[in-house]
Amino acid sequence: MSLHYVSQILPSLFSGCGVTLSLFFWTLIGSLPLGILVSLGLTSKFSPLRWILGIYVWLMRGTPLLLQLIFVFYGLPIVGIVFQRYNAAVFAFILNYAAYFAEIFRGGFQSIDTGQYEAARMLGLSYPQTLRKIVIPQVVKIVIPSIGNEVINLVKDSSLVYVIGLGDLLRAGNVATSRDVTLVPLVLVALMYLIMIAICTWGLQKVEKRYSYFK
Amino acid sequence: MLKVTNLKKSFNGRQILDGINFTVKDGEILCIVGPSGAGKTTILRCLTGMEQADSGEFSLDDKPFDPAKDSQRIFGVVFQDFNLFPNLSVKENITLAPTLVKKISQETADAQAAKLERQLDLTQVESQYPWQLSGGQKQRVAIARALAMKPQVLCYDEPTSALDPNLRDEVAEMILDLKKGGTTQLIITHDMDFAKKVADDLFTVKALEGQED
Repeated sequence: MSLHYVSQILPSLFSGCGVTLSLFFWTLIGSLPLGILVSLGLTSKFSPLRWILGIYVWLMRGTPLLLQLIFVFYGLPIVGIVFQRYNAAVFAFILNYAAYFAEIFRGGFQSIDTGQYEAARMLGLSYPQTLRKIVIPQVVKIVIPSIGNEVINLVKDSSLVYVIGLGDLLRAGNVATSRDVTLVPLVLVALMYLIMIAICTWGLQKVEKRYSYFK
Repeated sequence: MLKVTNLKKSFNGRQILDGINFTVKDGEILCIVGPSGAGKTTILRCLTGMEQADSGEFSLDDKPFDPAKDSQRIFGVVFQDFNLFPNLSVKENITLAPTLVKKISQETADAQAAKLERQLDLTQVESQYPWQLSGGQKQRVAIARALAMKPQVLCYDEPTSALDPNLRDEVAEMILDLKKGGTTQLIITHDMDFAKKVADDLFTVKALEGQED
């Protein structure tokens, strides 16, 4: 592996890495809050809402993300909804990940003892206050390990965007490998994924530690 | 004076409470006693709006109230398992509702919490979290949390059942201390000895037919 060659291909890999990271970032920003909202809907007493959201989760978890990307980018224009490549990817990823997060959060919400809601109610707290101050902090602590798994999956799933022609990290490596007939770019790609996952794992451990003050 | 008249409640067609009547005089302690399964806790849950009574009249100082709407203003509840908020420190458990619900300033809430902590011997543990506390301390936090909202009646659901038996006298003493401070208290318990020790008045709930455990 000559250093000269590495330095030649690194800029394109870094550029691909930028796409991967920005997709990762925006997906989390969109899908975590959406996941919480959907999970509240899934546990609501209003059955039509539960039913609709149940179908949404079933669709998102029941079909491959690759297929969803294709439908969003190539399929939605048929009904007049046109996305640019990058926006289509972010949209599809947010919808998909929110469904997984919703199921994780649903489990978290259901594990909170009803006594917590009753105690809050007797003290006069409103439902939003109860969620914000009491329930969500406890749910977050419970779901961190499962959310962490999904976050790590997300880093790697982001490589699926090649299917709609976006140049992410893996695609940048693939292009260089085909052009130069060497596996060196893919080795570098693997290293970059590993570094990103290491940073995620470190961040998740920090969050877990931050919530370790209560049991 | 708190007055409950003709309280009825059934679950799935099974009558649990069939016309319960009792009064609690201001500054006094009423213990509701009876075998487990007789519906003692259901009385408390209906009174405080956690369950909807089938029928019954509720009044405080001769003014009728609706448990579903007014219970938070009138009652403080010390739950059997305390139901402390595990993500909040002792002090935060006590100050949360006064600041959020009554909108009093954090400083005022802190000062009020400090007073309650002194009264209930919690000053040393104010920055600790519920998992770090003993059962007795948890109960005192639950009492402080309820008292911080200045309820007109403080209710307890089985205050001795989640504690070591040797703490029973300590709890009785604390309840009698609160009485000296003028707190009106309603206690649900199956522990007759404990009830006799603290109560000004006893109300016995009898299990309806086929209801006793």
